[in-house]
Amino acid sequence: MKNYATFLWRCFRLSFVGDWRYQMWMLTLTAIALIGLNAYCRQLVYGLATTGMTDQVSWGLYIANFTFLVGMAAAAVMLVIPVYIYRNKELHDLVIFGELAAVSFIIMCLLFVVVDLGRPDRMHHLFLRFNFPLSMLTWDVIVLNGYLLLNLHICGYLIYCAYRKREPRKALFVVPFVLIAIVWAVSIHTVTAFLYVGLGARPFWNSAIIAPRFLASAFAAGPAFIILTLQVIGRFTSYAVPQKALMTLRQIVLVALTINVFLLLSEVFTEFYADTGHSASTHYLFFGIGNDRALVPWIWTSMGMTAVALLILYLPLARSLRYLNIACVLIIVGIWIEKGMGLIVPAFIPTPIGEIVEYRPTINEILVCLGIWAAGILLFTISVRITIPVLSGRLTIDRPYTMDPSPAGAEFTRVDVFGSERSTS
Amino acid sequence: MRIFDSSQSKCSSGGCASDDAAPSAHRLGTTRRSFLRKGAAAIGGMAALVGALSPLRDLDETDLGSIEKFVQKHYKEMSPSEMQAALDRISREVDKRYQIRPDLKDIRPMDGVEFVYALNLSRCIGCRKCVYACVEENNQSRDPQIQYIRVVEMPRGTLDVEKGNHHYDRPTVPDGEHYYMPVQCHQCAKPPCVKVCPVEATWQEPDGITVIDYDWCIGCRYCEAACPYWARRFNFAEPKIASEDINPRMGYLSNRPRHKGVMEKCHFCLHRTRVGELPACLEICPTGARKFGNVLDPQSEVSQILKSKRVFVLKEEAGTLPRFFYYFDERYPRSGGAQEAPADVEGAGA
Repeated sequence: MKNYATFLWRCFRLSFVGDWRYQMWMLTLTAIALIGLNAYCRQLVYGLATTGMTDQVSWGLYIANFTFLVGMAAAAVMLVIPVYIYRNKELHDLVIFGELAAVSFIIMCLLFVVVDLGRPDRMHHLFLRFNFPLSMLTWDVIVLNGYLLLNLHICGYLIYCAYRKREPRKALFVVPFVLIAIVWAVSIHTVTAFLYVGLGARPFWNSAIIAPRFLASAFAAGPAFIILTLQVIGRFTSYAVPQKALMTLRQIVLVALTINVFLLLSEVFTEFYADTGHSASTHYLFFGIGNDRALVPWIWTSMGMTAVALLILYLPLARSLRYLNIACVLIIVGIWIEKGMGLIVPAFIPTPIGEIVEYRPTINEILVCLGIWAAGILLFTISVRITIPVLSGRLTIDRPYTMDPSPAGAEFTRVDVFGSERSTS
Repeated sequence: MRIFDSSQSKCSSGGCASDDAAPSAHRLGTTRRSFLRKGAAAIGGMAALVGALSPLRDLDETDLGSIEKFVQKHYKEMSPSEMQAALDRISREVDKRYQIRPDLKDIRPMDGVEFVYALNLSRCIGCRKCVYACVEENNQSRDPQIQYIRVVEMPRGTLDVEKGNHHYDRPTVPDGEHYYMPVQCHQCAKPPCVKVCPVEATWQEPDGITVIDYDWCIGCRYCEAACPYWARRFNFAEPKIASEDINPRMGYLSNRPRHKGVMEKCHFCLHRTRVGELPACLEICPTGARKFGNVLDPQSEVSQILKSKRVFVLKEEAGTLPRFFYYFDERYPRSGGAQEAPADVEGAGA
């Protein structure tokens, strides 16, 4: 217990240590997070009237970001599937980064749900009367929190074992949990999709293709994020990113994005060809209704980004990191729009009884969102900042990182989740 | 470049600033300097945090929950004495806030009663008197104004409410070109809003009214997304009502004042209807277009209407089995003949 407290204390101390660029990065993130907190306090005082939401469009940026981040969190862990199925060695040590990202994303998801609540002071009512299994929201509460615990356990256990210089008991404490986490990752995204799909009142959501589309788009945006993050980590730390891993991820992104575009086109065809009264929201999204066309530029931007990204990925030039990175950024932004502004907001326009009220997020609402993003990225930075020295053996129980200069050129120790022993590359 | 993973890092005896090999890294001197730096950073951080939290100073007294409020149970779990305590607390709050001692009761459903509403489209003239009578009866927020009833002006040739005009503004109604379709909570027998609520803050009562425990709702607005009739309203801001506009006759599950962050909606005026009176929207209606009663009583007016008139429900395909029916004046001929029944637009004036 005392050892564990020391470990946490050292981690805490370590999170403040770095050169000026690290300090500036952390300071900026902290500042944005505090600005977001400030905006949220204003929302607490004046109510959700500080947002652009109305009775007509009753969910907005918060739920949009939530939906997108659930996908990112799921995809970060689903990276493990190719590792497991193809025994792809290059991806093995990515698992830990995927799980760390998943933890940060899930915490961001939970924050986005909390800021969307009108009465966050009554959250304990969930424990007192839990409408399970009827309400899909209760399923979401279970799967999201369960997923958080699972990933916290896997990361925490591996890192603490490395810190204590113990051999992790993988067969017992890691592999089964990783396998559960993979299935669980699919479940968090499916349940979140069902949250919307189950509403007969909203024809735009009431479509069986939404859940598969969620998974496909998550499988594209998640690995795209990991590709970018790994390069950042490789640039600024001693961790050497295996090039082959990036190329494997590229293929995952390519396949997932192709499926996502196919599913999207299937949906667009159904809506526009049949053109029933239930297609009003789709019309609004892509072309606007009358003079109300706030979402039109968003969705076409998203479409354009996805198309360009797909083109780049199919060309051989995606083997060059620069183009791959451009594609990844386009995918992340494109899918963020598609799953946020493109999936949540149009379902409310027009209302079930035909009124058209557009949604425009307020500055305060945007600040809260930025604050949560900053807090999440801050958390992720700290977790990576702690993990790398620990896993490369430069912060252990008998060697506080900051007190002892490490030998030059310390190598990062590969964390082989499925292997029986740790191998140093 | 390594930001934080320098191959060489060393620490001055007290502080722990890394001394990177990177040329830009800071080289810290003495323990004292390091200490002062850290102290300044900590103070700065605390100041920033306090600054970020500063809007909370404006929190309303009612926002700062009391223990009493915090431990208050779900409506269905309260014992009679606990309910009395809750009623007392709410009465005190209303008194403090609006200087009115309310007549607040928890009125339970009557046995053998299932309420339904029937609305005569041949008669409705779209005057919106029901909308405002409802606001006054049910202590809805006046600013921003919350209305439970939405009257839609319908063009000829359709019964699809989605084709209607919500914002018609005419000097006189009806204009002879349109008919009018008021929409409010349909008190569905299969309510999707109840199904989706994560904390069971909304449920269907034995008399068919779907109610909300305003002290239990967490404000997630999932029910608002689930309702096919757009019947639910959310308190985006703290409701504002002038003291003189408060209706002191209140029910726990109906029209007691709400706070920001919770849902509300039509509850068939249950503080009136459960003691044998009629809903406010019905009483004000100048044309008698609105009918209300117990469908389990075969002699009631609504039972007769359901039996004899040309009745339909809105969005039947939604499958929610509404207890709110629309009808036209025409009766079914006894023989069950196939006589056409056009909507009697002109005949609406009374």
